[in-house]
Amino acid sequence: MSVGVTMFDKIWRRHVVAEGLGEQVLLYVDRHLLHEGSGAAFDRLGGAGRRVRRPESCFATADHYVPTTARVAATAEEEIRGMVEGLARHTAELGISHFGLGDARQGIVHVIGPEQGLTQPGITLVCGDSHTATHGAFGALAFGIGSSEVEHVLATQCLWQKKPGVMRIRVDGARPFGVTAKDVILSVIARIGTAGGTGHAIEYAGSAISAMSMEERMTVCNMSIEAGARAGMIAPDETTFGYLEGRPHAPRGDMWERALAFWKTLPSDPGAAFDREVALDARAIVPTVTWGTSPQDALPITGRVPDPSATADPVRRASMERALSYMGLVPGTPLTEVRVDRVFIGSCTNSRIEDLRAVAAVVEGRRAVVPAMVVPGSGLIKRAAEAEGLDRIFTAAGLEWRDPGCSMCVGMNGDVGREGERCASTSNRNFEGRQGQGVRTHLMSPAMAAAAAVTGRLTDVRTLGALAGGA
Amino acid sequence: MDAFTRLEAVAVPLDLPNVDTDRIIPARFLHKPTGPGYERYLFHDVRFDANGSEKPDFILNQAPYRAARILVAGDNFGCGSSREHAVWALHAHGFRAFIAPSFGDIFFGSCGKNGTLPIVLPAETVAGIRRQLHARPGATMVVDLPSQTVTGPDGARHDFAVDPFRKECLLTGQDEIALTLGHEAAIAAFEAKRDVESPWLVPGKRA
Repeated sequence: MSVGVTMFDKIWRRHVVAEGLGEQVLLYVDRHLLHEGSGAAFDRLGGAGRRVRRPESCFATADHYVPTTARVAATAEEEIRGMVEGLARHTAELGISHFGLGDARQGIVHVIGPEQGLTQPGITLVCGDSHTATHGAFGALAFGIGSSEVEHVLATQCLWQKKPGVMRIRVDGARPFGVTAKDVILSVIARIGTAGGTGHAIEYAGSAISAMSMEERMTVCNMSIEAGARAGMIAPDETTFGYLEGRPHAPRGDMWERALAFWKTLPSDPGAAFDREVALDARAIVPTVTWGTSPQDALPITGRVPDPSATADPVRRASMERALSYMGLVPGTPLTEVRVDRVFIGSCTNSRIEDLRAVAAVVEGRRAVVPAMVVPGSGLIKRAAEAEGLDRIFTAAGLEWRDPGCSMCVGMNGDVGREGERCASTSNRNFEGRQGQGVRTHLMSPAMAAAAAVTGRLTDVRTLGALAGGA
Repeated sequence: MDAFTRLEAVAVPLDLPNVDTDRIIPARFLHKPTGPGYERYLFHDVRFDANGSEKPDFILNQAPYRAARILVAGDNFGCGSSREHAVWALHAHGFRAFIAPSFGDIFFGSCGKNGTLPIVLPAETVAGIRRQLHARPGATMVVDLPSQTVTGPDGARHDFAVDPFRKECLLTGQDEIALTLGHEAAIAAFEAKRDVESPWLVPGKRA
């Protein structure tokens, strides 16, 4: 009797180089993405007198620390400038492709991998960043690693790994009007919890996932780590192939046909067994915002700030009380009455062209009443948005149009809010201090963030009228 | 890498679940050089006030717990960002072992690369240990890797599971890269096969 194999297992088995003690295997890494936070790994490697095993499998860009305004001007801190310059120097010395400042292809590492066609079905891909799961949207096994593992991959092109469990999350049904991929993944995290996927790789499946564009699928896979899973993946299909064809690093001609034939073998077999299964009904999902300091603290915008005293579990209650205190929220308050001070649109979760179009559709003809910045995911997205005239819509509405980078998702480049400010954000983490010390983050979709910008409060974008479906 | 075998040390309880690596070390310190003084960044924004003075209510600032080398945490400790700096900052402060009902996967993996041991025990056991540590500030515990046991403040022994590969690396202080480079022939053979089976992944051959 043949047993169905999951997509995860098909890719895993194909990449096992050697068996180690216990359940550890030496897993081959096809693509290694690097950013300027990888400096310590380069230094240790060089210090040990070791070489980069396969520089042509490595691709680097500067994103975490780069300024999003005044590109030419030096950043204030010499140490930060040194991170960006160090990456340029290391990659030049080692023969690693680098999309640096001044290159139109520069951008957030998880945006440019797919954009350049580096991210392909069936590959293993790693990066020293937890949002590497983004690339799983193409049916790749992609996961974030620590600095020691970055050094290990540079030296060996491999990693010692223990096979995680595989969890399937099915989302079926048509998404209602105004409900985006961000709302889907926030709803998933709210359902399974921020540790719900720990020790697992997630495969997202179901009709609501298949119906998504690649950009929407990337938004979903991106936040797998917020559900505890290092990897999230979606079976490759015609949507995937259509996105990839013609990209700079995608195969061409006969090679394309050979690759395509292989890629079509990747989806999980019917009857493949998963270690855990979860199902959501897309028709029941509502535009969603977070109220607390964990991505699992997500609720429909139609809801109210929850009351910790209604929670029986004392640990959960204490955690909620702490979150509400940090967030400055009173239980029972309708979410749509929560005022915001600032809006951030960007990050590897939501900075692609469809995201920007969704924002433009909301703000066109309206005016932001709070400071709002739009940070595109790459130089090429910036260029495409300007060709469509989106930048003019943003600036006419009073939104700042910035240069690409991680920006206020992680705040490393100095793009942060002020203590006590409340920020409507399209990023992926609402942790304490994530967007600046004492800054209060509410996660939401680009359309919802745009709606918050024009009303100055958390807003159900469906009530504004005249918007595109958007990512 | 430092080896880890047995540790008898003061343990500190940290009750909150989902302590993320942004809280363990805020992003604005990630470009700072490791070395003397690095421990200052650990839990910085919950440990110090705006003037840089210690917040007395934060448990690591309380005298009996200052010498702690074992941290007993809540669910999902070290979730979020992949920053290994979280482990470096904990290590710089003196921590060598972490006990929790669950850990963030990337943090868990990074611990073992830095001579520190993450231990998963059942939630009730961990909660019980934390209660004892609150009741007896400064109490010590024993973590013994060869026998895979934790001895609580009350003397109760708890077995824990550890991946045999990780155990071996920690016990010997194995340089993992050196170990892997010992598999050079297998890696080279794998690459040769992969480059034939998936030639489109070979630079210059994708057309």
